[in-house]
Amino acid sequence: MTRGVHDRGGVPTDAPIDRTEHELAGWEVLTDALANALEDAGVVNVDEFRRGIESMPPDEYERAAYYERWLFSIETNLVEKGILRAGEVDARLGT
Amino acid sequence: MSHDHDHDHEPVGNEPEAAMRPRALEELLVEKGVLDRERIRARIDWLVSRTPANGARLVARAWVDPDFKHRLAEDARAAADELGLDVGPSPVTLGLENTESVHHLVVCTLCSCYPKALLGPPPEWYKSLPYRSRTVSDPRGVLREFGVELDDGVEVRVVDSTAEIRYLVIPRRPPGTEGLTEDELAALVTRDSMIGVAVPRAPERELAQSSTSGGG
Repeated sequence: MTRGVHDRGGVPTDAPIDRTEHELAGWEVLTDALANALEDAGVVNVDEFRRGIESMPPDEYERAAYYERWLFSIETNLVEKGILRAGEVDARLGT
Repeated sequence: MSHDHDHDHEPVGNEPEAAMRPRALEELLVEKGVLDRERIRARIDWLVSRTPANGARLVARAWVDPDFKHRLAEDARAAADELGLDVGPSPVTLGLENTESVHHLVVCTLCSCYPKALLGPPPEWYKSLPYRSRTVSDPRGVLREFGVELDDGVEVRVVDSTAEIRYLVIPRRPPGTEGLTEDELAALVTRDSMIGVAVPRAPERELAQSSTSGGG
């Protein structure tokens, strides 16, 4: 079985740990709140949410900021459930 | 710094674009009747109201009450409830007591599981790829990077959090704190000491009385 990109324990790296403290930005707090509100509402459960993050293409996963992975998972799950159409968020953003 | 490891440095995100996306998502979900704004607001309020002060209160009580420490190790949610702290819908959380011979270090190799109810949102480094990799393969090296040198005789136990179980380290009570009140003790308990990458602050009673700086 291939190791998933999310499975980081012991992955060889000599990269230093960047210990810069970072207050959550508004969009990060909102993303966190949306994921939890969807769980509270019984729309996306925690296992579906994690699977969504873990299904991200590996190179994208490694490039993405933490809450960008969350957004990816929320959107992936909502599209799978037919709540959002593919590309609907992009369309709303006008991109 | 080498640029060979750029993929290990997680950007905070392309702020303007990333900032718009969750707002568009929120709008769509509200319009479709999937979520109402109250529910979202409640989760925002919950997240921003969580701080390490909650965990610090539990640790300080554990330092002065061995029975409480035992209960904290068994079930941190129930222990928090005893002190009137609302942990909300949190997963099972266990306290891990550091001793003379054992030091605990918490990581989440798969993602970022963390006792948010007791410590607030996890720091950026806790969620970073290098921390998630190296805490398992080289825990003493990671501790050294955070400024913690342990004697060779001390066993380091790395604990991997999961979606189902979270951990709160109960650090060792610093020497010279016998006369302190529980609140004074709680002020020594840092977030990082409850993750296991630091030891609590040393008591500085004279400084605390005269200094205007809050320290690190």
